[in-house]
Amino acid sequence: MKNVSDYLELSNIQMDALKEIGNIGAGNAATALAQMINSKIDMNVPQVSILEFDKVPDLIGGADLYVVGIYLTVEGSAPASLLFIIRVEQACRLVDMMMGKPVGNTKPQEMGEMEYSAMMELGNIISATYLNALAMFTQLTMTPSVPALGMDMAGAILNAILAQFGEVADHVLVLETQFKKDTEDVVGHFFMLPEPGSLDTILTALGVSH
Amino acid sequence: MASIIQVGMADLKLTKAPNKLMTAGLGSCIGICVCDTTAKVGALAHIMLPDSTQAKNPQNRAKFADSAILMLLEEMDKNGASRARLQAKIAGGAQMFKFSGESDIMKIGERNTQAVIEHLAKQRIKLLAQDTGGNFGRTITFDVENGSLLVRTIGHGERVI
Repeated sequence: MKNVSDYLELSNIQMDALKEIGNIGAGNAATALAQMINSKIDMNVPQVSILEFDKVPDLIGGADLYVVGIYLTVEGSAPASLLFIIRVEQACRLVDMMMGKPVGNTKPQEMGEMEYSAMMELGNIISATYLNALAMFTQLTMTPSVPALGMDMAGAILNAILAQFGEVADHVLVLETQFKKDTEDVVGHFFMLPEPGSLDTILTALGVSH
Repeated sequence: MASIIQVGMADLKLTKAPNKLMTAGLGSCIGICVCDTTAKVGALAHIMLPDSTQAKNPQNRAKFADSAILMLLEEMDKNGASRARLQAKIAGGAQMFKFSGESDIMKIGERNTQAVIEHLAKQRIKLLAQDTGGNFGRTITFDVENGSLLVRTIGHGERVI
């Protein structure tokens, strides 16, 4: 089992390789998202960070922020967690766009089963496209689970996911992409958190192992 | 000047009155607050997992219920608190995801709560109040002056326990 020290020993070439797969995965996911809401979606260059647990909520804007989180686990040769986090107001806008309603129609307090279901479908499609691209590039088998949805404080949502990494490490490797609509509005953050043991598998598949 | 000290995930901090301790966004994690209101000293641990003996990497003692409670006792001892006067309040231990399967990680909040209660009892620390479970996050502020714990949520009210 790989642990913290291995994360901290990643070379620049390895970091770049991880960014590149993030780029390919997120590029495909952005296209899928754009098709679903029928609007142009931009993305930033993916960031690779090795963070202590308590720093992860800061990537999104703080542990207190009210967000929707869609969470999937990846099974196969490189287990990982995928998390799509969106501010609640943005989630409402996405739901409106997906359902062809005027933007501003859905209010946070009115989110119900129908809206949750739409959000989960969105998470499903983004994750599946991301993983397909990754799997093609690395020739690794990656199967996403059924999505789970949480709507609450960002820190609270992250807790439950980071806890499983807590068994083996004090740091987590985060591959993060921001999706933007009309270049300025951040729509959401997409995270891939490979399990410590998966990192070697991915790096070997990319031809940049130690 | 009184200040509010932030405690992060898998972290533990101690302070004296009039300062307060705060931790934001507790989900499945638990905030364990311990204080001695006579010595006016208190500490808060933000634990993520129930058991350090099951972990492959138990170095960070503040991360686990069992080791964090021992650490709380040591810190309180060092800062003039009396073991007999110690009282605890806890919050957190929620299940954050809807439509979750049967996997263990989804029940982590419940396991954390059980472990914290069990280890507090084992160390004979009186548990005065708890606000645990449910499916919502909590942000807590602990006043070590009088031991009151403010619990804030989104859509599930605000209370002092």
